Amino acid sequence: MDFFTLTLAIPLVSGMLLAVAGERSWAPNLNVIASLGTFLASALLTAEIVAVGPRMVFGEMFFIDSLNVFLVALTAFVGLTTSIFSGPYMRNEREHGRLTAPRLRLYKSMFQLFMFTMLAALTTNNLGILWVAMEAATLTTVLLVSLYRTPASLEAAWKYFILCGVGIAQALFGTILLYFAAERVLGETGHALLWTHLVDVKGQLEPTIMALAFIFLLVGYGTKVGLAPLHNWLPDAHAEGPTPVSAVLSGLLLNVALYAILRVKVLADGAIPTGFAGNLMMGFGLLTLVVAAFFLSRQKDIKRMFAYSSIEHMGLITFAFGMGGAVANFAGLLHMTLHSLTKSAIFFAVGHAAQKCGTQVMEDIRGLIKINPVIGWGLMLGTLAILGMPPFGVFASEFMILTHAMKHHPWATPILLLALGVAFAAIFGKVQPMVFGETHVKRLPHAPAITPVFVHLALVLMLGLWIPPYLTRWFHEAARMLG
Amino acid sequence: MNTALPLSTQLINLFAAVVLLLAFAMLAQRRVLPLINLFALQGLTLCLSTLVVAFTTGQAHLYGSAALTLALKAVLLPLILHRLVRKLQVKADVEGLINVPTTMLAGIALVIVAFNVALPISQLSSTISRGTLGIALASVMLAFLMMIVRTKAIPQVVGFLAMENGLFLAATSATYGMPMVVELGIALDVLIGVIILGVFFFQIRDQFDSLDIRHLENLKER
Repeated sequence: MDFFTLTLAIPLVSGMLLAVAGERSWAPNLNVIASLGTFLASALLTAEIVAVGPRMVFGEMFFIDSLNVFLVALTAFVGLTTSIFSGPYMRNEREHGRLTAPRLRLYKSMFQLFMFTMLAALTTNNLGILWVAMEAATLTTVLLVSLYRTPASLEAAWKYFILCGVGIAQALFGTILLYFAAERVLGETGHALLWTHLVDVKGQLEPTIMALAFIFLLVGYGTKVGLAPLHNWLPDAHAEGPTPVSAVLSGLLLNVALYAILRVKVLADGAIPTGFAGNLMMGFGLLTLVVAAFFLSRQKDIKRMFAYSSIEHMGLITFAFGMGGAVANFAGLLHMTLHSLTKSAIFFAVGHAAQKCGTQVMEDIRGLIKINPVIGWGLMLGTLAILGMPPFGVFASEFMILTHAMKHHPWATPILLLALGVAFAAIFGKVQPMVFGETHVKRLPHAPAITPVFVHLALVLMLGLWIPPYLTRWFHEAARMLG
Repeated sequence: MNTALPLSTQLINLFAAVVLLLAFAMLAQRRVLPLINLFALQGLTLCLSTLVVAFTTGQAHLYGSAALTLALKAVLLPLILHRLVRKLQVKADVEGLINVPTTMLAGIALVIVAFNVALPISQLSSTISRGTLGIALASVMLAFLMMIVRTKAIPQVVGFLAMENGLFLAATSATYGMPMVVELGIALDVLIGVIILGVFFFQIRDQFDSLDIRHLENLKER
């Protein structure tokens, strides 16, 4: 059997199985095993693509190249660690009476189906199906955001659905315009939405239509990336949903939405030689970065604060891809990987910390280093990593983005430095007393799964000190493809 | 100006005008059941318009998308919505607080904007239905306006679905519809979306005892 088929089939089948079987004692294990299977299949698929190069699957339905295969592997990996983390986490939540068996069943099956939609969005060759998968990803997570059924979580889920629904409707209009532009060149052959065909004729696409299409697609998928001023859903959904959901929303959904924009940017750049698409992305990226940095200092809820930190990093990555060119694209891809790993690690640590203290309010979380040194250090190291302290990898990618900006767009450097500085002060100032401080809290009924936090952080540290040569090659190739 | 447009083009323009008219009617309708019926009627009009395009151009897959539109937007979705209204017992819901004349004036302004945006695109198009692109964009914007001014959950969702109707009209007028596999995917998403929202409505009502989304305005930056 084909590794690609397995990568897509395992989450789909296990999601349905978990929905039918209900909450059994083996369900959490099945969730982990399925995620492990998906990860192994994706790792083998990656090895295959690295060895033999890009290929199509099922006619021209799916297309796997060096750009998306690395995101597939990353998605499957974070999916695996999140499923390991969520086992004890969800058992503790049930013990606390915040969740019931039917809701855990909903959680597990929707989690697997969410993974399926993410992987389908990444691998599809058809820009229409990409839209369908992105919308399906929202649908699978709406009920997860409202899993606690508290007034705040219902509001967060409603906002998430409506805002992302409206956003994604803009993206559909963009897709229609793109199809219209492509049909004039490729004819009514039904190939006019296939990315591999579009990229061959990108120079012939009508520039005015492509410009309009790109604006709609950037705004539409940008809503999901969390680009300002359409980011309002993101902090609410991250803060009110269960922590494993926050981890995958931040670590995966935002990446996949950004990937959709990147695919379209390649086409828009081919059609419009003035760098229109890149400039637009740089503008949105900077705005997002600054808005998020200044909101960070006002946060009281720990998950909400790290949600704003995700918005900030997405802004930075969008800016990097907007600059374009080999170095900036390389830095953007590296930062995307590192942000996923670090942010999900932070959410794992934050989840346990909040569970332990029974609150998400930062003022009430104190002295983690005394209650549980492992969680305390996990949160501290994760925070240092996301703030871009060397020797963690985020330092390397942020440094590359900054130096590239200094060289080619010097006007942007002060803004970037200001935003990063403000973010540093805000986050570090709040995390420090949470980790080191006086406290008195009790033990959790189920020992937390803390390994994923350190596995992620170790990877981030490694990428800061040494990037394996195959990974460098792979990033270079993907960066070259992005132009 | 050619005064004698072919009958098919005239029919397509007529149906598109009806879609726009229905979009305005939905904007002004305060009661929930007539609103759903208007939405069903808009779906039916879309189906008829697609049939005329299919018949005139001989595009076989358009018959498929016409059938899909009929089944989903004129029958299935309205039925689900009616059922939801019955189960949630919000039949008598009347929305206050919307100023119909002002909303209508804002709507007219949106239509003018939409026509101006669509003009350069429709000039590049070669389909027989290209004239209706402006109308399609206008109905998308009117549906958007409807989502903004409504304060109850079900009318907001009807607005969301009406937006999808407008996008469908845009797809059939600028091009001859998206590839079938994409249209099926979109239809599936819309259907699942409405079912999930149905579940979600019950959660909202259990929590707040009403479907007024003004209860859902507490999460803000303070």
